[in-house]
Amino acid sequence: MVNYFPEEVLEHVFSFLTSHRDRNAVSLVCKSWYNVERFSRGKVFIGNCYAISPERLISRFPRVRSLTLKGKPHFADFNLVLHDWGGYVYPWIEAMAKGCTNLEELRLKRMLVSDASLELIAKSFPNFKSLVLVSCEGFTTDGLAAIASNCRFLRELDLQENEVEDPRGQWLSCFPDSCTSLASLNFACLKGEVNLAALERLVARCRNLKSLRLNHAVPPDVLQKILARAPQLVDLGAGSFVHDPESETYNKLKNVMQKCTSIRSLSGFLDVNARCLPAIYPICINLSSLNLSYAPGIYSKELVKLIRKCKKLQCLWILDTIGDKGLSVVASACKELQELRVFKSDPNDVGNAAVTEEGLVAISAGCPNLNSLLYFCRQMTNTALITVAKNCPNFIRFRLCTLDPITPDAVTMQPLDNGFGAIVQSCKGLKRLSVSGLLTDQVFLYIGMYAEQLEMLSIAFAGNSDKGMVYVLNGCKKLKKLEIRDSPFGNMALLADTGKYETMRSLWMSSCKVTFGACKSLAEKMPRLNVEIINEGDEMEGGSDDRQNVEKMYLYRTLVGPRKDAPDSVWTL
Amino acid sequence: MNRILGRRAILNFIYLMSPPLLDVEGGGRGNAPLMSSSASGDCISQSGSGLKECNFLGLSDCSSVDSSAVSNVCGENKNNLNFKATELRLGLPGSRSPERDSDFSLLSSGKLDEKQLFPLLPSKDGICSLMQKSIVSGNKRGFSDTMDGFSEIKSSVFTEGKWMFNANGSDSGTPQSVVEAKLAGNAGINVILTNNSSGAQPSMKKEVPTRAPKEGQNKMNGSNNNSSAPAAKAQVVGWPPIRSFRKNTLATTSKNNEEVDGKPGPGALFIKVSMDGAPYLRKVDLRMYSTYQELSSALEKMFMCFTIRKCGSQETPDREMLGENKFKDLLHGSDYVLTFEDKDGDWMLVGDVPWGMFIESCKRLKIMKGSDAIGLAPRTMEKSKNQN
Repeated sequence: MVNYFPEEVLEHVFSFLTSHRDRNAVSLVCKSWYNVERFSRGKVFIGNCYAISPERLISRFPRVRSLTLKGKPHFADFNLVLHDWGGYVYPWIEAMAKGCTNLEELRLKRMLVSDASLELIAKSFPNFKSLVLVSCEGFTTDGLAAIASNCRFLRELDLQENEVEDPRGQWLSCFPDSCTSLASLNFACLKGEVNLAALERLVARCRNLKSLRLNHAVPPDVLQKILARAPQLVDLGAGSFVHDPESETYNKLKNVMQKCTSIRSLSGFLDVNARCLPAIYPICINLSSLNLSYAPGIYSKELVKLIRKCKKLQCLWILDTIGDKGLSVVASACKELQELRVFKSDPNDVGNAAVTEEGLVAISAGCPNLNSLLYFCRQMTNTALITVAKNCPNFIRFRLCTLDPITPDAVTMQPLDNGFGAIVQSCKGLKRLSVSGLLTDQVFLYIGMYAEQLEMLSIAFAGNSDKGMVYVLNGCKKLKKLEIRDSPFGNMALLADTGKYETMRSLWMSSCKVTFGACKSLAEKMPRLNVEIINEGDEMEGGSDDRQNVEKMYLYRTLVGPRKDAPDSVWTL
Repeated sequence: MNRILGRRAILNFIYLMSPPLLDVEGGGRGNAPLMSSSASGDCISQSGSGLKECNFLGLSDCSSVDSSAVSNVCGENKNNLNFKATELRLGLPGSRSPERDSDFSLLSSGKLDEKQLFPLLPSKDGICSLMQKSIVSGNKRGFSDTMDGFSEIKSSVFTEGKWMFNANGSDSGTPQSVVEAKLAGNAGINVILTNNSSGAQPSMKKEVPTRAPKEGQNKMNGSNNNSSAPAAKAQVVGWPPIRSFRKNTLATTSKNNEEVDGKPGPGALFIKVSMDGAPYLRKVDLRMYSTYQELSSALEKMFMCFTIRKCGSQETPDREMLGENKFKDLLHGSDYVLTFEDKDGDWMLVGDVPWGMFIESCKRLKIMKGSDAIGLAPRTMEKSKNQN
């Protein structure tokens, strides 16, 4: 029956498939479906930029218009990966510039982006509309200036948590007067000054602007003027909110805020005077997303007063200054909460966090729709985790971080195995899990048994023996990314099921008990894996002693063999 | 692996905290022998630590084949225990009811109860889980010894933040042994418990446990906590896992905020509160309150356990002078007054200055007898005159 469908019909049917997983599945059915699908695929997602080459991407998907690329392993966020490990985007842009100039959208995460890359984008893709950079580095505002100047139809420039050098700060003025298409502009992560007049003019002429996130250099009076021009904003990131509540500016700001009834998402407040927060109260009732995790200047009482008004809140990112009590207020006020992230307010103070298991239990009791959690806490108990699991069976992402990575149950002094076991047993849809606290092999037994949908698992300072890792590798059929640090897993675990790694995106093991020899034999056995050893310091000098423990190993499946851009300190076996 | 049983176990788990559980258990009971045989078939022994593949909840497992009476009892106990244990009670620091504390002691000191909390294979004693094994064989003695020693002190004292506390006490010894213990496998938990039991008692201060004071102590011992991080390093690289972008940004922002506001940084502001005649002092986080009234209520609750004599109205001339000081009124006309020590080391009556100023200058609080405080009043007036 399928053979009688003309290709146009198939293509039309496939056009309703947006998820890349669905499209991947469809392309496996038969050759004709493979071909129809590949010519009609517009958005391509590449989770590891070294798994495939840009040339092969273009030859398979000649009509790609949107490309998502991810570079460094996740633990690079925590300084565990060398700065120059890799993840360069330039080769991709070069290849696309030659073979696929229809590119409209580029989304990069943890990649090294140079100004040259940005300039090449600006020159090569006449229809370029959207640039999203998350946790990238290597570029300056000069590169941004190139994008601003040349991309005539730019709709989205979204910079999230990038490390950007800012030599001149005039990039904003590079948007030509003819640019009116901007719908989303996020430069909150930039450290330098911006041309405020240019910003105001830009906002005034971009009538479609829906999302605007400012950096700390935009003072409240400019914010007020901007809001007056753009009451249609849906997503606002306030920069500086420090001013005198008695002032005229503050009054104007209050008045103009009241008119911004479209705002659904609020963030920023990088500099904030808590006494000025009442200006926001009128829009709280509309908020579905609130991110105050970069605003350490707000004390718990004020936080609570604010959040209490956000009855429709679905996503809350906050600092642990809110405290357990504050969290229980959140639980009673924000019944529709789905995502909660509680960060440490003082990241350099290892000894303290102001929230404990009580806050989490309170949230779970009040917010049954909770499906995504990141929680930095001082302590945890099994009982609390079991309660949370019972209250919230819908978790998709559950990431817990105790300050002391091997702290046991605070009441019983037992390992937290049972608590996490409850989570995986109850939350059938769990896709991402980070465990911490005192944990034995038992927790991995539970994870292997129950976490059937788990795709990403982060382990630190946990387990007793190889068995732990083996339970996970055997049990979690959908595992894609496994990252392990400082845990006693060794060669037996690494080599127990080598075929498994081809079903996964990547495996990271650092400060474990894996030896050089085991990595070598794994690399020999599995040619479609890149097994990289990251050496810092003297290890490379001493030659390769097979019995030596490897400090950092990162392996990933690939179709294109060892990469050629690895620095000297990275060995691909 | 028996997935079918797994699902039943899941059902049991969902109903863990509620009485109807017993009915569900009844269903599970019938399957228990199957469970045990399969589980023992999958049994993996590892250096004697009896790692079993089993439903960690053990509710269906608890339904022992031995006698239904026993299992009903154990189920019920477990239900009650778990229910109370998970019952959420939030209150001001120091307001934790004694009942709750005794629940915890029941939880942690009852050996029989612990077994029921954790997976049990029917008809076999102490075989099932890793935790059980270590409790039963290796270190149960240590654990229960500790518990007995704490019968006087409420066990939540024992447990509250104790882990960090002990780590403070024994700097380098503990983390090293912790790490080694972990890597040694089955000995891990035993060693950790041993450390606790030996270290805990002597270092325990006699304080009614609350969260607030503990935070304060942890804050004071912050540096100790740093040094007691695992892996015997002063600071573990990349832990806690916070993006470096966030770390850098927050560090800069906090500094900026402090400069701008000129206030002490955000976060908790813990002040010691002592009371004449009380056996121990408490700590309060001044940031939790924004008015004198709130502070007063909190302190009242905190020190309620110590008798505050109600002496009727004592109208001393000094108090009349400060007639507007409602704060003292709030102490129910008792002869106790709240005083604070400011930055200059002077003791003054609380309530005269605006709250914001008070927070900034207050270093300690003291609940004094009214008779002792009489001398303070004139100085307060003078000082506020000077400041004005």
